[in-house]
This record gives sequence, structure tokens and C-alpha cells, in this order.
Amino acid sequence: MKLIIAIIQPSKLEEVKEELYKQEVNLVTVSEVMGHGRQKGITEIYRGAKETGNLLRKIRLEIAVNDNFVESTIKAIVKGAKTGETGDGKIFVLDLQECIRIRTEERGSIAIG
Amino acid sequence: MINSGDTAWVLISSALVLLMTPGLAFFYGGMVRKKNILSVLMQCFIIMCVLSLQWVLFGYSLSFAPNQGFWGGFNWFGLKGVGFEAYPDYAATIPHQAFMIFQAMFAIITPALIIGAFAERMKFSAFLLFTLLWATFVYDPLCHWVWGMGGWLRNLGALDFAGGTVVHINAGIAALVTALILGKRVNLEKNVPMPHNMPFVVLGTGLLWFGWFGFNAGSALAANGLAVNAFVVTNTAAAAAGLSWALVEWLHNGKPTIFGVCSGAVAGLVAITPAAGFVSVIPAIIIGLLVSVFSFIAVTVIKPKLGYDDSLDAFGVHCVGGIWGALATGLFASKLVNPAGADGLFFGNPKQLFIQAVAVLVTVGYTFIVTLAIYKLVDLLIGVRVKEEEELMGLDITQHHERAYTVLE
Repeated sequence: MKLIIAIIQPSKLEEVKEELYKQEVNLVTVSEVMGHGRQKGITEIYRGAKETGNLLRKIRLEIAVNDNFVESTIKAIVKGAKTGETGDGKIFVLDLQECIRIRTEERGSIAIG
Repeated sequence: MINSGDTAWVLISSALVLLMTPGLAFFYGGMVRKKNILSVLMQCFIIMCVLSLQWVLFGYSLSFAPNQGFWGGFNWFGLKGVGFEAYPDYAATIPHQAFMIFQAMFAIITPALIIGAFAERMKFSAFLLFTLLWATFVYDPLCHWVWGMGGWLRNLGALDFAGGTVVHINAGIAALVTALILGKRVNLEKNVPMPHNMPFVVLGTGLLWFGWFGFNAGSALAANGLAVNAFVVTNTAAAAAGLSWALVEWLHNGKPTIFGVCSGAVAGLVAITPAAGFVSVIPAIIIGLLVSVFSFIAVTVIKPKLGYDDSLDAFGVHCVGGIWGALATGLFASKLVNPAGADGLFFGNPKQLFIQAVAVLVTVGYTFIVTLAIYKLVDLLIGVRVKEEEELMGLDITQHHERAYTVLE
């Protein structure tokens, strides 16, 4: 089992979701986050007071998958989120120790899907 | 003779001016960080409570009871003798109490303007004590000098239609003293505090612009042509100044901002305030276009150079705008607009500009010294500034045990 965390551009969320559904990955947690990478921040000016390197709005996806879904999930996220510009985001893949479905108390791979 | 139209207009204007204080609360509240918005709203609203009481008990008497001296004295304590007949020395066609309640709204908003300078770091108890002392020993005497019967600036012939000196220069200078006394907010250089809710700033500006029609056109104290003139030039100056600030920004920073348009509109409203009953529409445009240039320079060039932390630019907008407005009145005033006024420099009377300058200097000097003294006193008694850790946590939670926004439902 893996936990896939992806940081993407807010405007790309719909496309990424569509691609994930095509791969039958239906379980995803989405949150709004702030951050920046190479893209740097943007400068904001308030009555002449400059604030450089402000954090940018990003979307964070968390998807827990069984091993046989890892590659298709990654491909779906890339397909939906890629523009080729800096700022497209990152995907992190982590080992997932355990997964429990609260309703049934099932554990492991069966609890993921 | 009481005139029902005049009375209705002055009562409506009083309500309009009252609404400016909640408007100011949102104008300022949007500019602070989200940990401090309730403290700003609270300061504005408690001023409405405290000053309303101060005014009917003794503030109105100190300001407006006829007297040649330092202030009006206590003859009208508790509105004794201030009834429903007209008091022709102030307003011949409305009940005396209507004039009193209209003036009450000015006494409320003036100390509220100073909040812009001490926002995000003043102790609530100290703020209350300061506000009461300031209203009594700075606002009331100055109000008496400029508008009260027997007031010496009034007798000198200084023109201040709706409160350029009494309200705006006065509060603006107090703001500068505040910024100097309190010092900078913690971590100011590393962590530039940014407005947390710009739509609130816009909402507040809208309420201020709306209420300002009562402030300026209501100051005619009658529903007549003079009120119409004040209404028209008020709207015109605000419009010119809002546009002008945006253009200056566009040239200087590359982008026009809504914050700039709001700042400009307020600066324009400030600048036209003393002039509203004495100038016509073309001078109003000039007053509006130029005030944004002056205020923009004050807040973006002079403030960083001198290094004082006037959190929300109460000095840069109200004092700079107020001084320009008072002097501009000495330039553009015309008896064609208001026969009871005077001609300014451009209408052949250079002396008026001199009188205006005297009124400005007196206001600046008196307010600076007495505000400083009041701060020193309050600091000695209870301390004016919150502890550093309280400032970092925010005033909402440390001063009021409340939070504006919850994370979870």
C-alpha cells in the first residue's frame, strides 16, 4: 500500500480528478495549502509596502492506493496537472503501513478501495 | 422658526455620520491581521458608547456652551438648557438638540480615526482611558475654538466647513504622536503585516463615502442650496481622489489596486471636508486629484524614511489630507458659493490663506503637545502597550477572549 501526496496548481484540480476517475481511483482527499518551489512567490504591494516571495495557493491531494494502482495514479495526476511550466507541482509516494475502514473495521488492502 | 425640512435633513445626516464609525471599523478592520480584527471593531463600537455618554453629559457643554475662554465650561452640563427651541447662534431653523446630536457623531468618529495609528498593539484599558481624556482635553477645546460661540479661531475668521481641522488634522496629529509613543509593532521588518480582508476595506470605504454626505452636506444645517453644493463637491472630490491614487500607483508600482482606490477616496473626502461649503466643483476636482498625490507620498515615501509605524496610515491620510484641505480652502473659497464664508487667494483675498495656515498650525501644535501629555499620563498609570507575547498572539484573544474566525465549524 502506498500513500500518494500530490501538490498541484489549483486550476488543475478538475482535470486531475477526471483523469483519476478514468483510472478508477475514486478516493481522494483535497485540501487548500500555501507554498512555493522554484516558481518563487509573487510580490504584493499594499500602499507601497512591498511583500516579496509571498506563498502561493496550491492544492494538496492525498490518495491511498494498493501497489497495483500506484503507476496509473501517478500517470493520471501527471496527465491532468502538467503544463510544462514551473509551478506544476510535485508528487510524493510513501509507504503506507496500515489502513482501517472505520465503518467495518476491515484492515489492509481491502480497506483502501 | 423651526423648519421641518431642515430638521429632518439634520437628523438623517446625524444617522449618516453615525454609520461612518462602523464603516471606519470595517475600513480599518480589513487592514489588520486576522488575529486583531475584533479589537478594532471593538474599539470603534465602544467609542460609540463612551463618547455618546460623554457628549450629552459634558462634552457638548465643553465644546459649544458660549464662552470666550479655553472651552465652553459646564453651563450646559447634562444638556441643561439645550432644548427643542432653535439656538440661532448655531442653527436658526432646527431644534437645539438636533444640532447637539449631529455634533455628537463628529465627537464619536474623531477619536475613532486615531485607532488607525495604534491598531494591533494598544492595551484596551489604556485605549479607553486615553480616548476619554483625549476627547475631553483635545477634541472639546479645539471644537470650541473653531466652532463654539466665543471660540477664538472662529472669531479670527478661519473657515472649516465640516471639520478639516477639528476632526481630521486633529485626529491625524494625534495618530502621529501615537505612532511615535507606542513604537513599532513587533517583527515589523521581517513580517510585513498585510491586510487580512480587502473586501472589508472596500465595504468600509463605501459606508464612509455614503456617510460623508451627512458629514459635509449635513454641516449646512439646513436642506438648502449650500447643502447641495457640499454634497456635489464631496462626491466629486472623492471620485477625483480615488481615480488619482489608482493612476499614481499604476505609474509608480505598475498596477492599480482596490486598496489604492479606497485610500484615495477617503483622502479625497478628508480634503474636501473643510472646503465643502465654500468651493465649487472645479476646485473640488483639483483638491481631489492632488490630495492623493500628497497622501501617497506621505505613506509610501515619508513614512518608511522616518520609520514611524502608523499602522493604518491615519496620519498619512487624515492629517496630510486635512492640512491640504484646510489650505486649499484658503486658496479656492469663494463668496459666490457661500456669502457667509470668505474669498480665498485665487479670489483676491490672500489673507484667508494666512488665517487658514494659522488654524492649521494651532491645531497641530496644541494637539501634538496635549496628546503627548495624555499618553505619558496613561502610560504612567496603566501602561499603553500590550506585552510582546500578547501582541504576537493577537489582541482579539488576549484583550477580549474572542476570535473572529473559527477554523472548524
